[in-house]
Amino acid sequence: MPFPALVLAGITVAFFALPLVGLLWRAPWSNAWAYLTDDTALTALRLSLVTSLCATALSIVFGVPLAWLLARVSFPGRGAVRALCLLSMVLPPVVGGVALFFALGRRGIVGQYLDEWFGITLPFTTAGVVVAQTFVSMPFLVITVEAALRLLDPRLEEASRTLGASRWYTFRRVTLPAIRPALVAGAVLAWARALGEFGATITFAGNFPGTTQTMPLAVYLSLETNPEEAIVLALVMIAISFGVLLGLRDRWFGSVDRSAQVAA
Amino acid sequence: MTLAARIELRLGTLDLQIELTVEPGEIVALLGPNGAGKSTVLRCLAGLEPIDDGRILLGGTAIDDPAANVFVEPEQRPIGFVFQDYVLFAHLSVLENVAYGLRARGVAKGEARERAGQWLERMNLTEYSSERPDSLSGGQAQRVALARALATNPRLLLLDEPLAALDVGTRAIVRRDLRRHLETFEGMRLIVTHDPVDAHALADRVVVLEAGRVAQAGTLAEVTAHPRTRYVADLVGVNLVAGEVVDGVLTTASGARVVIADAADGPTLASIRPHSVLVARGEASASSARNTWAGSIVDVDRLGERVRVVIDGELPLTAEITAAALDELRLGVGDRVHASVKATDIEVAPS
Repeated sequence: MPFPALVLAGITVAFFALPLVGLLWRAPWSNAWAYLTDDTALTALRLSLVTSLCATALSIVFGVPLAWLLARVSFPGRGAVRALCLLSMVLPPVVGGVALFFALGRRGIVGQYLDEWFGITLPFTTAGVVVAQTFVSMPFLVITVEAALRLLDPRLEEASRTLGASRWYTFRRVTLPAIRPALVAGAVLAWARALGEFGATITFAGNFPGTTQTMPLAVYLSLETNPEEAIVLALVMIAISFGVLLGLRDRWFGSVDRSAQVAA
Repeated sequence: MTLAARIELRLGTLDLQIELTVEPGEIVALLGPNGAGKSTVLRCLAGLEPIDDGRILLGGTAIDDPAANVFVEPEQRPIGFVFQDYVLFAHLSVLENVAYGLRARGVAKGEARERAGQWLERMNLTEYSSERPDSLSGGQAQRVALARALATNPRLLLLDEPLAALDVGTRAIVRRDLRRHLETFEGMRLIVTHDPVDAHALADRVVVLEAGRVAQAGTLAEVTAHPRTRYVADLVGVNLVAGEVVDGVLTTASGARVVIADAADGPTLASIRPHSVLVARGEASASSARNTWAGSIVDVDRLGERVRVVIDGELPLTAEITAAALDELRLGVGDRVHASVKATDIEVAPS
């Protein structure tokens, strides 16, 4: 490896490692356990895990069919539909939260009927948190799964059809297993994004402990009142995310390419 | 059951317009260069590509008839498809691959696995049943693909370039195996290939496809003797001589001897290009050609400036000479001639 590249790569690693070191250095290790087991932290942690997993589940249920549509069905305006569905990935999350508010809020274009006909209110509820997280995280799953579907040899599905399998049977028994690594990678990315979601959540769902105050919100808030607690909560989030990435690294990310291969 | 298809389809640069019939129990080879539309024909028959116009009848029933708004989905057609490079399901074991079609048709798991196991036994693959497809050799993968397609008991079997994915060394063995397995299957068989040697070894009849049209159809011998187009003459119309090679000499079933230059042993297929065959009147004079056979002209077929001369004798052969040479030698049907070929002009392939 050329020396300049080595230096630049070293600087990059340091760039990512230093903030972590900073946190660890400032962490109040003697009080850490107390902060971890206090009510605010546990409640926020539980809420974060539940809502981010719900958001991931919704992303899979709705995102996979969307990815399939974008990858396999050719229709006019497909590019525009793709851009629209991936928009929230590049949008500032606060903007997404505001937009959600005008769409699904009590006076929103759809929200007023949800409220009027079904008595459903999304803003400032736990369901609202899930909606906000799904809104910003699903594109990560869609983009990953769509890429895998495009790489998949369409003849695998055709072979299945000629063997007497319906489209649905083919999807379940051939397509899904073949794209599984990409699906897992996409779900992990979406989950990580949902777990870290802040802007859309606080705009659309507010910041109520127990119902809408997720970990990132709790970290931000305690920074004002109790910086030590903020550091402990931040470290917990880092530990969870780092652990997941470490665990899935080779098993899933490394084999995304292979999923598209056909046994010769 | 008979297949009768009239297919019209435009797909990209391909303009396909063909008529094709396969009689009960027949093995037909669809022969042609790349891009002629051979594979597309198979895809139309299997229902993977709806036709623009025409009609596909299988056993008298329409399975694709745009005018009558009839299109039977691929999974509803009694047609098996063996894809080029086989397209086995990498996430399933060999046994599960073969059982797949039965499972998809609602056969219970136990019974499907049992029937798949019987197919693997017929194909000598029992020891591989729990292996993943990517650990198989090309020939084994082909047998799995064949078993998978046949397990659902189709009436028509389609094979797309079944030997193209194999290296030269295994081709002959796999070809012989394939011939044997194809013969045990009673339905109609349609094989796409670009290699006349494969067509000769596997099929009863060939249909030559060229740029989306049927250039010619018939037995390979007929096509060789009377090619209708330049392409058919050059790539399909080759003399194929089967026999046993001992010490560099191939002996045919009728006893004719062909001296060859390349190393070969055992059952061999020699291909002799008609334009490599020298035709001389009367007795053969001394030349460097290692092969000379006596015979008489039974047919003369002009194709532009070139003439195909069909010679019957010790070794039935088709020669291609210029019209000028034919006139100069005043050759005609019934004349006694000698045909000679240099050993180095003969290509051999194990059969």
